[in-house]
Amino acid sequence: MSDTQIFHDSRSDLAYKAGWLSKRVVIYGILILWTVICLFPIYWTLTTSFKIAPDVMKGNMIPWVDYTPQWRGWKSLGLSPDTIGMESTVREEFLKRFWNSTISALCSSALAVIIGSMVAYGLSRFNYRFGFMRNPDISFFFLSQLILPPVVLALPFLVLYKELALLDTRIGLILLYTLTVLPIVIWIMRDQFQSIPVELEEAALVDGLSVWGAFLTIIVPIALPGLVAAFILSLVLTWNEYFFAALLTSTDAKTLPVMVASQTGSQGINWWAMAALSWAAIMPLIVIGIVLERYIIKGMASGAVK
Amino acid sequence: MSTDGDLLHVVTLDNITPQRMRFGNLLKWGGLAFMAACFLVLTLSELGAFPIAFETWRLGLFGYLVWATCLCAAQVVLRGEQGKRTLFILPGVLFVVAMVVFPLLFSLGIAFSDWNLASPDGRKFNGLDNVRQMWGDPFYWNALKNMVWYTLAIIVEYAIAFGLALILASEIRARKFFRVAFLLPLMLSPVAVSWMIGKSMLEVRFGPLARLARTLGWDSPSFFGSPEIARLTIMVMDAWTFIPFMMIMILAGLQAIPKEVQEAAKVDGAGPWRNFWEVTFPLMLPVSITAILIRIIFKLKLADIIINVTAGGPGGATDSVTSFIFREYRDRSNVGYGTLLAIIYLILIVIAITIFMKLVDRWMNPRYLK
Repeated sequence: MSDTQIFHDSRSDLAYKAGWLSKRVVIYGILILWTVICLFPIYWTLTTSFKIAPDVMKGNMIPWVDYTPQWRGWKSLGLSPDTIGMESTVREEFLKRFWNSTISALCSSALAVIIGSMVAYGLSRFNYRFGFMRNPDISFFFLSQLILPPVVLALPFLVLYKELALLDTRIGLILLYTLTVLPIVIWIMRDQFQSIPVELEEAALVDGLSVWGAFLTIIVPIALPGLVAAFILSLVLTWNEYFFAALLTSTDAKTLPVMVASQTGSQGINWWAMAALSWAAIMPLIVIGIVLERYIIKGMASGAVK
Repeated sequence: MSTDGDLLHVVTLDNITPQRMRFGNLLKWGGLAFMAACFLVLTLSELGAFPIAFETWRLGLFGYLVWATCLCAAQVVLRGEQGKRTLFILPGVLFVVAMVVFPLLFSLGIAFSDWNLASPDGRKFNGLDNVRQMWGDPFYWNALKNMVWYTLAIIVEYAIAFGLALILASEIRARKFFRVAFLLPLMLSPVAVSWMIGKSMLEVRFGPLARLARTLGWDSPSFFGSPEIARLTIMVMDAWTFIPFMMIMILAGLQAIPKEVQEAAKVDGAGPWRNFWEVTFPLMLPVSITAILIRIIFKLKLADIIINVTAGGPGGATDSVTSFIFREYRDRSNVGYGTLLAIIYLILIVIAITIFMKLVDRWMNPRYLK
């Protein structure tokens, strides 16, 4: 240790480094803490579905360390390895609800995207006059549906659907769901279409396409990422919808959230079965969220940044 | 978008012959007449003056569909190229009119009647009785008051979301991982959330959060015991689901701010604190307002978690208006009263949101700039 160091960091630089380090620690600390807050409930659901009663009571957390995973929860749904080959009424019930949810979410999102993108395109390109209604009024007419709380429509629809014999049918649900996500789709798509230069369509029109031809063959492909974003956001909202489904469906068209909710009402809760069911209900969206995260963020961001 | 004339201007030669005009008009008025006939037949059969008694009102629905189709077709026949443009928004308008305007008018009729779906008597007009009942209903006022509390909680959510967005926008590793992780709560169904967190994790005996609370020194944790704590718990659970939403919007806004602005402020000697308050935050105001407004709108629909976790308890302390009306219908199947409450709620919302937007408008565009 005879040789002394010739080049020193000045004291202020060292202080800067220490400051930088502590800042990093705080930032990553916050990030990891929030990640735990976000992911722990999901982890809890997944692990609980493999527990049996004593594990739940003892509050065991880590599989294979605290407790041995069992298929109890999934068995009660008829989805565990040893029951999957057998007849199971519970599984049939579950699959029926799952199918109902899938159909209503997909159809209503598709319908909303079709109607909504047409409206958004029209509003972004042409000037309309319906009586006193000009373009801003028409936009407002559509977007103001967003503030309409579902509860206002719920009871009239209950009566109307009863009279129309649409109660407890998927079509009834699909129509209502389309309505609830339509303003969001219009909002996202109007932004998308406004960012596409009009010259593109003008060129197409000069080349002999009609307005609709230009829309379908030129504009829709360009706006496809936006369409996907709108579709996925609608999918998330409609898949999770509970309020209308709880009011308007009873046996045939009952969706997955209603099935999950109806389980909690009983006296002693089968925690493991509930966890399995909840997990099955949230898993499709978790997969979508991880795979298509880019689109979801794009969809939500499009309205925010002009 | 308030310029005169179309943004996409098309000049076409539409040669509309008188014959075509006649056909178009026939289509337009024929469809209308068909719908009117359908409604007339339905009304008559309700009154018992028509030979065939219809079980449902589906005939009216078909009438409307036929009229809507005819109207759309007539647009093209009558007005050629102009009609094709109308075709972009006409289906949407017809859909919304059928699904919102008509039911809203219908609900006005229901709101002033005593209509218990379970009883065979059917609908009885009862004037302002429902209004009087509402005036004296402490639970409804309580639910409205709760909504104010729930809405105020958005300020805290906004602060947290802004903080997280700032961190996500700064230079960090594994940003994509954190973004996905932070986004996930938004994807989960509120019903599953209310089970996972509300029922399971907050379970007093063995839930992990109760355990954590005991370790931290809260001897007998009860998350739904007292009204204040129960309300707070609901707020936290709702915040958990929706903070990602605000965070993403704010993050998008942050990324749209040009780096030069912040660098210029830095060069001018602004520390990070002043840089945030005097540059970033003001630039983020429009995005923030949009995010908060949409969040308020979603907050006003809050019901799923409450219905499933507390069912409004203890003693209506956690009730939102939606969950209150839901139970009002579930317990007493009183459609008339519930509808009136919902309509009053809608009116209050419209007033509140209008005031909010006017205030924001005044604040964002001061008079002297105009």
